[in-house]
Amino acid sequence: MTDERREQEPGAPEREAPGLRLDVAHGESGAPAVAGVEPKPRAQREAVFSLRDVMVSYGGKPAVRDITFDIGEREITALIGPSGCGKSTLIRCLNRMNDLIPGAVVDGKVLYHGQDLYAADVDAVEVRKRIGMVFQKPNPFPKSIYDNIAFGPRVLGMNGDMDEIVERALRHAVLWDEVKDRLKTNAFGMSGGQQQRLCIARALAVEPDVILMDEPCSALDPISTGKIEDLMLDLEKEYSIVIVTHNMQQAARVSDKTAFFTVELDENEKHRTGRVIEFDDTEKMFTNPSDPRTEAYVTGKVG
Amino acid sequence: MSAHGEAVAASRRPIARPTSGRRSKDVGFRLALLGCLGLAILLLGVLLWDVAADGVDRLNFDFITSFASINADQAGIQAALTGTLWLMGVCAAFIIPVGVATAIYLEEYADNTKWYNRLIEVNIQNLAAVPSIVYGILGLAFLVRGPLSLGPVILAGGLTLGLLVLPVVIIAGREAIRAVPPSIREGSMALGATQWQTIWRQVLPAAVPGIATGVILSLSRAIGETAPLIVVGAATFVAFNPEGLDSNFTAMPIQIFDWISRPSNDVNNYLPLAAAGILLLMIVLLCMNAVAIWLRNRYEQKW
Repeated sequence: MTDERREQEPGAPEREAPGLRLDVAHGESGAPAVAGVEPKPRAQREAVFSLRDVMVSYGGKPAVRDITFDIGEREITALIGPSGCGKSTLIRCLNRMNDLIPGAVVDGKVLYHGQDLYAADVDAVEVRKRIGMVFQKPNPFPKSIYDNIAFGPRVLGMNGDMDEIVERALRHAVLWDEVKDRLKTNAFGMSGGQQQRLCIARALAVEPDVILMDEPCSALDPISTGKIEDLMLDLEKEYSIVIVTHNMQQAARVSDKTAFFTVELDENEKHRTGRVIEFDDTEKMFTNPSDPRTEAYVTGKVG
Repeated sequence: MSAHGEAVAASRRPIARPTSGRRSKDVGFRLALLGCLGLAILLLGVLLWDVAADGVDRLNFDFITSFASINADQAGIQAALTGTLWLMGVCAAFIIPVGVATAIYLEEYADNTKWYNRLIEVNIQNLAAVPSIVYGILGLAFLVRGPLSLGPVILAGGLTLGLLVLPVVIIAGREAIRAVPPSIREGSMALGATQWQTIWRQVLPAAVPGIATGVILSLSRAIGETAPLIVVGAATFVAFNPEGLDSNFTAMPIQIFDWISRPSNDVNNYLPLAAAGILLLMIVLLCMNAVAIWLRNRYEQKW
């Protein structure tokens, strides 16, 4: 299993693999399953995503280009940068949510555990079962809390006791104690922070491999933000997390690696395109950035 | 004193009461609006009062259970009542699935850049404005005679009425589906639901109130239509209840029209019969609307 994955280097010709490989269950690391062997140190972990020269265009105009970096397994990767530099656009590529936007075209390679997500024979619906997403504005369904969580497992045909699945998801999202007595009430009766945790629980209920978070705390107050950041650090043990954030302190607090985006005007000075200037360990990026633009942004001089 | 100084001095003065000129305009506008509303209600009230004065005495159980007769004292509306109910049943059974399916296709699946989709869209608005007798001719040519050759039966009458009011259902359905926030669709798709699962389990339940309104409006229009039914071949003097979809029929508006057009004399006075028929038609209409409104309220969502 481990050898198989190592062979699929990014850029190597893909094998015929109908749909997304089902042998990549979440929770597996690159380490051999032998008792007494230490899990691999972070630096040697497999990449969950490999992006190579990714470019996304809307209606022919590139929104983001030349994106090349790897996202590591079971760590938190933050995408930071000023507004309009394509962070949300890029994160939506990772679970093919850009398919829903007419006129959006994705070029380059987006590899998930070595498999091209945009290959012709890959089903976008299958992709989204493995790669969950939490949005900027909490978007609970207009149903009860229970039905919100149960929706995913139901449509995916997951077996098991639904009550148990719902409880497990809510416990995982640290929401169970607050709502266990009112599972059948409407989800809109909760506060913003609770709604966002509900959305996280909803994403967890389908047992994904990766959780993408597009500015999950920007609509929330500091206390709720703190709770969700604690939750992220807890989830990191089992899931790979990619987070887009405007809040640099948040990136510094929770993430292991950070990608810094910036916006560049094209030759005619008309169109703005996003690019990744620097991608590094968070600690290094915030204490000793390589690029002067990065330094200006993280020290608050610009942005 | 500078402009700023004047502004500061002005802010220290007590806040003025609204000037009498502005107030009277406000009050005048309100009175005008109330006047228009009052006029509409007054007209409706006068109409109802006039009809009720003539017909309320004649509206009794015998009236509902008797069949038509030359003898005005023995005449009743039973055949027409059951005919109308059958027609409404067929009409609703046709417009709800076809109208909702068309609305779903146009909103969720159709690519708006294709010419045929734009053609459909433009023409639905036109169809809603076509005079009802044209639909009668359409029904006669294609349903009663021609390809389907159903004959002048309930199925043909119900389908003709259905075609007449279908554009209203489609338009209302589209508005209702459009009103469902995209964030709900995104949240559902991000969990790995297919487009159809998203539509069936999230969008449609949320669009039920709007669709129900469209159906209410449609059936309210259909119940009073006379011209297309005459062309399609509703009988005037019918002394039996419809037995099935392939039965000859009459309808309440036609029966009422028949009674009004007969000369009345002292022996046989048909006018009270017509008035009672009108009242009964309104009662049936109110009951139908009550059912639909109850359904709508049950599924109402607060965003």
